[in-house]
Order: sequence, then C-alpha cells, then structure tokens
Amino acid sequence: MKLLKYFMIGILFGIIMTKSEAVSWFRIQEMFRFESFHMYGIIGTAVILGAILFTILKRTQTKTIEGAPLKIQAKDMSIPRYLIGGTIFGLGWAMTGACPGPMFTLLGQGVWAILLVIGSAILGTYVYGLVRERLPH
Amino acid sequence: MSLIEFLSQPWHWSISGAAIVLVMFLLLLFGGEFGVSSNLRTILAMGGAGNHCSFFEYDWKKQLWNLVFISGAVVGGYIAVTILASPEPVQISMATQTHLSSIGIQVPQTIAEGRGFVPAEIFSPENMWSFKNILLLIGGGFLVGFGTRYAGGCTSGHAISGLSNLQIPSLIAVIGFFIGGLLMAWILLPALLKF
Repeated sequence: MKLLKYFMIGILFGIIMTKSEAVSWFRIQEMFRFESFHMYGIIGTAVILGAILFTILKRTQTKTIEGAPLKIQAKDMSIPRYLIGGTIFGLGWAMTGACPGPMFTLLGQGVWAILLVIGSAILGTYVYGLVRERLPH
Repeated sequence: MSLIEFLSQPWHWSISGAAIVLVMFLLLLFGGEFGVSSNLRTILAMGGAGNHCSFFEYDWKKQLWNLVFISGAVVGGYIAVTILASPEPVQISMATQTHLSSIGIQVPQTIAEGRGFVPAEIFSPENMWSFKNILLLIGGGFLVGFGTRYAGGCTSGHAISGLSNLQIPSLIAVIGFFIGGLLMAWILLPALLKF
C-alpha cells in the first residue's frame, strides 16, 4: 500500500512527460538547435516554481508525511565530475532524444526500440560503476 | 468540451512545468526525491551487480519506491497515448523541420504519419535494426547511462531538482548537458545520419 502512492505519482509523471511533449525526439532536437521556446518554457517554469517551493519548504521546515526531514540535500562540489559527466549525458540525450524519464514513458507508448536505449543505458551505468575509481571526480 | 477532451490537447509549457513541480513536491512529501536515473543503478543492484562491483552494493530495497514510481510512468505513457491521445502530432518549428528533412528525417504532419514523438526513420520496427540505427540507439543509451551516473543525475535530478535548489554543481552539470547536446545536434548527429 505504501508503494501504491508512488505508482500513482508515476502515472501522473508519465502523462505529464507525454502531454508536455518532453518525450518527443523532435522537441529535443528543436531545443538544442534553439529553434523553439517550448522546452525552455517547461524547464524554466519548473525551475522558477521549484525554487519558490524549496524556499517555502525550507522556511516552514516541512516534514514528510511520516515526520522525517525532506530529502533536500546539497550536492558535493566538483567541476570535472559534473562537466564531463554532464557532457557525456548531453551527447546521449541529443542522440536518442530521450533522458531517463521519457525513456520509460516511451516504453509504455509501445515504442519498442526504446528497449535498446534502456538496456544500453543500464549497461552504461554498469560500466561507469566498474571504471569510476579511475575517472576524475 | 469534456474533461478528457480538455486534457487530451497538447499542454501549454507553463502547465507542464507547474505539473512537474507538483510531482517533485509529492515525491518529497512522501519521503522520496525527484531523480529518475537512480533507477538504472537500482536495477543493477537488484540484479546482483553488487556481488562483483561495490558501486552496486547497497540496500536497493530502500530505492524500491523509485522503481515503482518509474513503473507508473510506463503506465502513464500508455494512458497518455490512448485515453488522452492528442488529435494532432507535435507541432515542430519550421526551422527544425527543414534541418531534419535535410538529414533525412521527416516530421509527421498528420496523426496517421505519427504522433511526432520519435522519428520512424530511426525507431520504427522496420528501420530500427539497420546498422546505423542500432549504433544510434545503443550508443546513445550507453552515453546517457554512463554520463548520468558520472554526473550524479539527469534532467530531473540536476536541471529541475538541483537548479530549483540553487545548486552550483547542478548548474555545471546542465552546462555539460548543453555542451554535449549542442555538439550532437549540430555536428555529430547530422554527420551520422548523412553517413
């Protein structure tokens, strides 16, 4: 039962990813070519409203429904890790037109080719786990 | 106009952005957090990758909620293209259409041609098995999976959660997303597709 609510939020998320058209390979090309405001509008609105939300949550010291502190953590500072990792991610994002959320959403739409993308994304995460000690962080 | 008809139209970007924040808020409130790519690591931990690689050796059961969340997204994707299906394909800008057409990708103009979510030239069951397309799908997926774990997050964790929380590391990651994305969209992908 505890997990059911996450399933419901997930359904909502899949609907949002689709109706926002963030799952569209074409929208991602358009975004990286700066030929439409659409994706910037989505992310921009989310970041501005999200920043307001985080400010309120911190100020009111809101707790989870179970009374624990919210999972709002500061990330460890580094440059190479985020810059190199981010660049590799960006290459893949523009190549497949899908970041992890849309990948799973597209699967539900019956885009079976996305299974190759999800499978290789899991493989990529695995290889990172194997070689991470040798990478600059 | 019925509620279903109303929701079936493509959503305005401001509505979509606000709805994503609602998802992030609900996840936080229930004790989770908004970060999709962690699931890729959890799937590996669950599959036993921790037995020979310490990076995957952790109590994955604590992350089960996130896997349930992303399973919900699969169902959400199905509902969104059945009950809530748009009457027309995604409206892509003329400039992008012209560019894509020059590298052999046509943008669907009618719903009969496609929803405008993925290009048939790469993703359709007939075309996906060509050498070039397998390379695109598998190579791209690998880069996403490797890069997101290296950077410690993807679009949800860094571009939305991280930037909202004013995290400089997330800003650096998003700058990286754009360095890679621009390089791919402007140079590498056109070269690959024309090859």
